[in-house]
Amino acid sequence: MPKDGIGASTKRREDIRFLTGNGHYTDDINLRGQTYAVFVRSQVAHGKLNKVDTSTAAGMPGVLRVFTGEDFAAVGGVPCGWQVTDKHGKVMLEPKHPVLAQGKVRYVGDAIAVVVAETEAQARDAAEAVVVDIDELPAVIDMKAAVAGGPLVHDEIGSNLCYDWGFVEENKAATDAAFETAAHVTTLELVNNRLVPNAMEPRVAVGDYERSTGQHTLYTTSQNPHVIRLLMGAFVLGIPEQKLRVVAPDVGGGFGSKIFHYVEEAFVTFAAKVVNRPVKWTAQRSESFITDAHGRDHVTKIQLAMDKDGHFLALRTDTYANMGAYLSTFAPSVPTWLHGTLMAGNYKTPLIYVNVKAVFTNTVPVDAYRGAGRPEATYQLERVIDKAARELGIDPIELRRRNFVQPNEFPYQTPVAVVYDTGNYQATMDKLIEIADLAGFDKRRAESAKHGKLRGLGVNCYIEACGIAPSHLVGQLGARAGLYESATVRVNATGGIVVMTGSHSHGQGHETAFPQVIADMIGIPADSVEIVHGDTANTPMGMGTYGSRSLAVGGSAMVKATNKIIAKAKKIAAHLLEASDADIELKDGKFSVAGTDKSVDWGSVCLAAYVPHNYPLESLEPGLEETAFYDPSNFTYPAGAYACEVEVDPDTGKVKICSFAAADDFGNIVNPMIVDGQVHGGIGQGIGQALLESAVYDENGQLLSGSYMDYAMPRADDVPFYTVDHSCQTPCTHNPLGVKGCGEAGAIGSPPAVVNAVVDALQRAGHTSVTHIDMPLSPSRVWAAMQA
Amino acid sequence: MYAFEFKRPATLAEAVTALGAEEAQALGGGQTLIPTLKQRLAAPAVLVSLNGIAEIKGICTDDAGRLCIGGGTTHAAVAKGAGAYPALAALAGGIGDPAVRNRGTIGGSLANNDPSACYPSAVLASGATIVTNTRQIAADDYFQGMFTTALEPGEIITEVRFPVPMKANYQKFVQPASRFALVGVFVAQFKDGVRVAVTGASTGGVFRWTEAERALSANFSAAAVKGLKASADDLIADIHGGADYRAHLIGVLTGRAVAAC
Ligand SMILES: Cc1cc2nc3c(=O)[nH]c(=O)nc-3n(C[C@H](O)[C@H](O)[C@H](O)COP(=O)(O)OP(=O)(O)OC[C@H]3O[C@@H](n4cnc5c(N)ncnc54)[C@H](O)[C@@H]3O)c2cc1C
Repeated sequence: MPKDGIGASTKRREDIRFLTGNGHYTDDINLRGQTYAVFVRSQVAHGKLNKVDTSTAAGMPGVLRVFTGEDFAAVGGVPCGWQVTDKHGKVMLEPKHPVLAQGKVRYVGDAIAVVVAETEAQARDAAEAVVVDIDELPAVIDMKAAVAGGPLVHDEIGSNLCYDWGFVEENKAATDAAFETAAHVTTLELVNNRLVPNAMEPRVAVGDYERSTGQHTLYTTSQNPHVIRLLMGAFVLGIPEQKLRVVAPDVGGGFGSKIFHYVEEAFVTFAAKVVNRPVKWTAQRSESFITDAHGRDHVTKIQLAMDKDGHFLALRTDTYANMGAYLSTFAPSVPTWLHGTLMAGNYKTPLIYVNVKAVFTNTVPVDAYRGAGRPEATYQLERVIDKAARELGIDPIELRRRNFVQPNEFPYQTPVAVVYDTGNYQATMDKLIEIADLAGFDKRRAESAKHGKLRGLGVNCYIEACGIAPSHLVGQLGARAGLYESATVRVNATGGIVVMTGSHSHGQGHETAFPQVIADMIGIPADSVEIVHGDTANTPMGMGTYGSRSLAVGGSAMVKATNKIIAKAKKIAAHLLEASDADIELKDGKFSVAGTDKSVDWGSVCLAAYVPHNYPLESLEPGLEETAFYDPSNFTYPAGAYACEVEVDPDTGKVKICSFAAADDFGNIVNPMIVDGQVHGGIGQGIGQALLESAVYDENGQLLSGSYMDYAMPRADDVPFYTVDHSCQTPCTHNPLGVKGCGEAGAIGSPPAVVNAVVDALQRAGHTSVTHIDMPLSPSRVWAAMQA
Repeated sequence: MYAFEFKRPATLAEAVTALGAEEAQALGGGQTLIPTLKQRLAAPAVLVSLNGIAEIKGICTDDAGRLCIGGGTTHAAVAKGAGAYPALAALAGGIGDPAVRNRGTIGGSLANNDPSACYPSAVLASGATIVTNTRQIAADDYFQGMFTTALEPGEIITEVRFPVPMKANYQKFVQPASRFALVGVFVAQFKDGVRVAVTGASTGGVFRWTEAERALSANFSAAAVKGLKASADDLIADIHGGADYRAHLIGVLTGRAVAAC
């Protein structure tokens, strides 16, 4: 076995370039003759666009051209990639999303015009000289007001209600009936706060056009260049794939926000041809705040019906989900298929009904953000369970255990369509109790009390669904894309390997983890394998990276392709060893004939494939390169249990996180260190959501937290050292690696732990009326709760 | 940023001359001004950097025992060099992050008079004197509301003279995002009485909490301010906290500052 195969905590090879300033990001791309685009954006949330006067701007120094909505009248709008059908069988309302505003502006940040100039400063000067005549209209920000007859965001669709989704509609009557007779019902109303993704690297797009060949190239900060090529090429600009290359080089974090096709990408691609020069756009941070798709923003009422012993009988929820002003690429799927299907959590609740109203408002579009739908599901479920435990006087851990799906009940069919293939929720809870030293809590609490601090403990479970699939199912659910992944494994003549993957790495460590898998399969050192990703010109059509899918789906495609390689290599080896290929075994990079000492090494077989002097040419093609597409048969279901301890300052309401422990079941693990890092990052974001982050709009649609002066990102001293464990492993039963996905778990599982802990601290301190505080649990909110 | 002319004089006299130009503006550490320029919210024609002027940098003690800090002295230098006034050194060490402290200056902070800035509370509570190229201004006359001071256009803060109290302490409760003061309270006990200055809280900028001063002058203990409630009138209410919350924090932090003295 190679020492750097599956299970090794190999250091991330990509970090060498990232940490030494040698990363190659989109903004590092500067093409000869490059011009610069600066957007003129709406400063009002809602308005009738009367006239855009570009005459002064067009004559300013360095200006090549000023574009407005009229320039894009003939091209398509930015498409939505998922069509949800509502509870009446009606498809969602899908308003057009033009590249540049036409007739109306719908949120602060909506693109109105663009100046392309020789330098960025010239473009910015001219952008200020574009005169925009707008009749401001009343903005609609509150979702309930929006559906209750508020001003229309899109006049032509006649409603702000995008869809009214019921899931599972057939369960509704039985669910309601169960509530009628239940011994106890717990109700909780809550807000899942709107978040700004804040990837460290702002979005950038560079368009290039080669007139002599008609070739377009778009360099962009994307998590899925093939998807952008398809969406933009086919639906917006009408450029066939063979004439359009999309490159997403090093990408400095995405968290979902770089999945989507944005108007700026279409703009630079289009404009590069018009001005016949490369066109570059780099977002300023303040622009990122008002143009990157936001996350979450749900308002929910959840009810849990139980028998007298706390067994869950039924669950129903009513959620308003903010879509913002336009449908971002995958927005409709987030509060529906990525949310409703997870409402069973880790529990056996026989009846579940989820209602989601998706609403248009005059705000930045909302779409998938780390966890996408699953954090919203987990938060409300784990909060209502905590509240129920308190109401029933049952220990919150015991109440959860009483309702767990048991280890012998897998595969488990939930009442919300999905089938959990495997899991062991008792085991992760047991592990959590051990690693979080819950037995020592009372002592620590007494210690905190000595210092005048209120200590609380929050525990919760989570389950999530990764590697969303299979394609034929998601197609039925409204996806306008397949959700397979691809890999080409190219073995070179001297035995080194290059894997061209459709997955995309923007912080996940693919360049390290993927080679570990191949190293393990073949028995060669991991450093003889390189990963190529992010360029449609040299990778097979793939769907990119999001939803913690890379290893489970992209890795599986790579395993499939590698298996084809091994099968072929065995035939070559059989020929060289004059044996039957059925007798060839591959171990530690060596092919041998079973039961003999005859063997040939990996390198010799590869050389024979490309220098086929002694080779069965009549029955076997030369070369050693295989491509595979993998379409999973089910989601994977990572699950776990989290615990958080906090101290609340009773005088100020300030919350300090004292400890955070996570026991996750991710199935098999390829690189434990990378998994630790993914969980750390996820928990950090979850703590950010729970305590700090919030995109707040005023009633006029101005983003009040539009910069780091008001939008609080978690910093190193806001978070504790984490205790993470992933030794509880129930491998996924349906992918070849038995892996589940770990990229979002931390962000999904951690917010309820934090809020449960703060409510616990206040309850223990006698604030018995405090049953809930909405995130972020800022000092002022916690203090206000204590005054009630 | 808009284009501007950049000047870097070596003496105060040259700086004064340079600032006499049309639409000239002083540049201290740039920690407030540069972000403002980058957002195109300011458009000076000439930017006069005060960074090269040695005569407005440094820390010393004058004959009256006051700690004198040059207007161009960085927060980091004060944190390190104001040992004679530990509460002031601690305040400077708690501003922003190392990058901000290594560039930002006391003169820039006071000229800017951000309602959430830390220094104004120390200056007001200490009864310090702000020295400019033309005059001396008592702290009580200097702060005139949010982002407003007694400075005339082109006037340069050359020094700040702090009487050193017997006891003093600054309590800063950070705004979670900016980490400026959501509320900051500086308590200074002198022979002839106690001064309490509050920053971060008021729409009028830094102010003295006279009720607390009276109570503490009579009895310098946390207990003396325990029941005292600051008025919520004219306090800032924003997404980080309402006026009542800020009023409450003023009381809490004053008590803590006294306890920490
Ligand atoms: C990330 C960050 C965090 C921060 N956190 C805090 C904090 O916690 N607490 C806090 O108090 N501050 C904080 N600040 C502000 C910081 O203290 C600044 O340094 C200060 O506000 C301005 O000082 P400066 O020297 O950088 O001035 P500049 O930005 O250069 O100038 C500010 C203004 O003062 C004028 N000016 C500069 N020097 C003089 C002078 N000698 N005489 C007359 N006018 C002058 C300029 O013309 C300009 O109008 C923070 C800043 C940043 C960027």
